[in-house]
Amino acid sequence: MEDKVILLDFWSSSYAMRVRIALEEKGIQYEAREQNLVDKSPLLVDMNPIHKMIPVLIHNGKPTCESLVIVEYIDQVWNDRSPLLPSDPYQRSQARFWADYIDKKIYTNGKKLWREKGEKQEEVKREFIAGLRALEGELGEKVYFGGERIGFVDVALVPISSWFYSFEKCGNFSIEKECPKIVAWVKRCMQKKSVSKSLPDPQKIYGYVLQLKQKLGID
Amino acid sequence: MAEEVILLDFWSSPFGMRVRIALAEKGVKYEYREEDLRNKSPLLLQMNPVHKKIPVLIHNGKPICESLIAVQYVDEVWKDKSPLLPSDPYLRAQARFWADFIDKKIYDIGRKIWTTKGDEQEAAKKEFIEALKLLEGELGNKPYFGGESMGYVDVALIPFYSWFYAYETCGNFSIEPECPVLIAWAKRCLQKESVSKSLPDPQKVYEFVLVLKKKFGIE
Repeated sequence: MEDKVILLDFWSSSYAMRVRIALEEKGIQYEAREQNLVDKSPLLVDMNPIHKMIPVLIHNGKPTCESLVIVEYIDQVWNDRSPLLPSDPYQRSQARFWADYIDKKIYTNGKKLWREKGEKQEEVKREFIAGLRALEGELGEKVYFGGERIGFVDVALVPISSWFYSFEKCGNFSIEKECPKIVAWVKRCMQKKSVSKSLPDPQKIYGYVLQLKQKLGID
Repeated sequence: MAEEVILLDFWSSPFGMRVRIALAEKGVKYEYREEDLRNKSPLLLQMNPVHKKIPVLIHNGKPICESLIAVQYVDEVWKDKSPLLPSDPYLRAQARFWADFIDKKIYDIGRKIWTTKGDEQEAAKKEFIEALKLLEGELGNKPYFGGESMGYVDVALIPFYSWFYAYETCGNFSIEPECPVLIAWAKRCLQKESVSKSLPDPQKVYEFVLVLKKKFGIE
């Protein structure tokens, strides 16, 4: 029986990009369905009644929600190729720890960075940079967080790089200057088709951010 | 080789309780170390330099931080007894989803109940009951979230039951009339020694909350 895989998606969502990368890494055929987040489809509301958010992975009719939960699910179901999580329980716990850290320190601050101004923005920038620096420490001299191949932490983090240009313009700083190792790691990841196919053009993200700022009345 | 398991914890932390319950379910012998959170031990700072928080599980000298990550680790290492996560990837994803829901909703909203007053407190109470009702929906007719025996979601949620009396007293409301199925589930869990030995007396938790309120100048 053939697998039917649908991804309820939104082009600029870093969370959705994580799932796209995981599906690409595993070579899974899937249908991406771009969602309207203002006027949510009955399918989205039916498949994610609790949060009504994307991404949602629908595998043979059954929904899984929350990006990192979905990535682990994909890794477990299609476990015969491109493993994303380590097999050793301790290393697995460390990978989960850093993915959780990325959610708490990078993604959460990223969301605030382009919306804030003045001292509040400076505070968010500081936390964001400190978060990336801690991740640089974890990366160390490795090619990827996953070692020789991309893994769970790489998949969790790399999507937000498509927003770096927007953060830099809105926050008036250079991420490369502050965290050169992370930027070098991003460039390495982008050489992989699974990543470059899954991330949008940073200029498009910036255009979108400008639109959102106008709509929200943020100057 | 003898296993050395240490848990850095704080008696009233629902997050610490999760790990205590998981270790008890698995019959793992461990050393419990109470931390003074105003004067954190060098060991805590060394073992969790990123967040400097409890709980930290230390297994043969290696630290695992973040309660749900530690619970998953315990489940994977001591896998021959009392499985907490289901073996089926889809059911496992659903368990992770609900544990994530509990993390996102219960602690923060519960905290608002005892740290705010007036309209803000009323809104928090409403949100809290709504979240509990969604959990009741997920429980359905099952004795436990894990089915016939306690599982990951039960372990994630039951610690907060020790804080219900504090929430109810501070918020001047009663949870049982709103969520009788959930309260029945909680009492069922408390009949298990792994749970009853891991949860503090709700009265003590309430007295602790009063001390905190005084310290933070909340009346």
